[in-house]
Amino acid sequence: MDGIKKSPWILHYDGTSCNGCDIEVLACLTPLYDVERFGIINTGNPKHADVFLITGSVNEQNIPVVKQLYEQMPEPKVVVAVGICATSGGIFAECYNVAGGVDKVIPVDVYVPGCAARPEAIIDGVVKGLEILGEKKKNVGKRK
Amino acid sequence: MNLIKIIAIIILTPLVGGLLTGFDRIISARLQGRQGPPLLQPFYDVLKLTEKESIEVNSMHRFFVYVSLVFVVFTTLIMLSGGDILLAIFALTLGSVFFVLGGYASNSPYNTIGSERELLQIMSYEPMVLLTCIGLYYAQKSFFIKDIISATKPSIIYLPGVFLGLVFVLTFKLRKSPFDLSMSHHGHQEIVKGITTEYSGKDLAVIEVTHWYEVIISLTLVYVFFATVSPISHVFAVIACLLVYLFEIIIDNSSARVKWQHALRSAWVVTGVMGTVNLLILSFF
Repeated sequence: MDGIKKSPWILHYDGTSCNGCDIEVLACLTPLYDVERFGIINTGNPKHADVFLITGSVNEQNIPVVKQLYEQMPEPKVVVAVGICATSGGIFAECYNVAGGVDKVIPVDVYVPGCAARPEAIIDGVVKGLEILGEKKKNVGKRK
Repeated sequence: MNLIKIIAIIILTPLVGGLLTGFDRIISARLQGRQGPPLLQPFYDVLKLTEKESIEVNSMHRFFVYVSLVFVVFTTLIMLSGGDILLAIFALTLGSVFFVLGGYASNSPYNTIGSERELLQIMSYEPMVLLTCIGLYYAQKSFFIKDIISATKPSIIYLPGVFLGLVFVLTFKLRKSPFDLSMSHHGHQEIVKGITTEYSGKDLAVIEVTHWYEVIISLTLVYVFFATVSPISHVFAVIACLLVYLFEIIIDNSSARVKWQHALRSAWVVTGVMGTVNLLILSFF
């Protein structure tokens, strides 16, 4: 049975987001959207997390932070880039301090565009990430 | 025959504990105006954790978690087979101490703070749990659970104060707000994840299963206050357990986490007033 699809725990990290997407991520936890219906829990701990949600672009300051958080997560794991800044850098892509989208630093599995991304879109993105998580789990088994 | 009983206790206890945790999560969600996860969500969580990679900080910090599980299972076996309640309580404490050692072994600052807080929690609830055992002995003249639950009058008649004190400290053992200082469950966070911060994969699954056993141990302590020789009283005892559990869930959702000083002081004041006064009054008869 695929337990991993029924209990994805999320780690949320704010890159250089304007907090628009962060508010929408947290809105998913409210009674209106209630992602705990799908077993989704917002953890604050990379070692417990399965899904890495990043909002905002990465810059020179937080590249090591993003890398470290990614490496601390146990396999299998997926990365979901939430909002246009996280997918490509958005309107800040040309800024001197911005490195670009999250995929410049760590491999991204799902891109959720939008400014700010709507809660429905974020939930869809995570659910899409669960499919990839299921695939990755099989590969983890093969590698051993 | 005995072997079948032991295997049944080892298998059924976490099943019931997991279901209770599932109910807990649904009721918590409903109290917050949400729909909540499916009833079997705790089992999905543990299944997922067994499929995940277990990150090893060092060889010892994983070992302690498994030792802790062994002692908690041992405690459950003693309690559910009607054994010595005093032995059960000390075995349970040993399990908690190994869990704390595991927290210290990982050398992470979050785990260390979590372990220190867990020690403070043990210090807070342990006197009341011991007084409960002493009180049960005073009331029924036996430390054996099978004697206590086959008495003619339920222990709650002699020990109402001790029972209230026990319900107060069960909040520590069930890891509920306001006393979930060292590690909190599901949506909650405290200093990342306190004592469980460095655990992942199978080790975290073991911690979760250990907690299911502890839920049943806690509710068994409630059970012995109500059960008597008449069969109908056992139904009342189960209902009392469920009501206490529901009460703890409501307290969990309606209160904020307190500072450790407050937790320790309030637990000892309750122990001193409820437990000691009850025992003093009992000793005159």
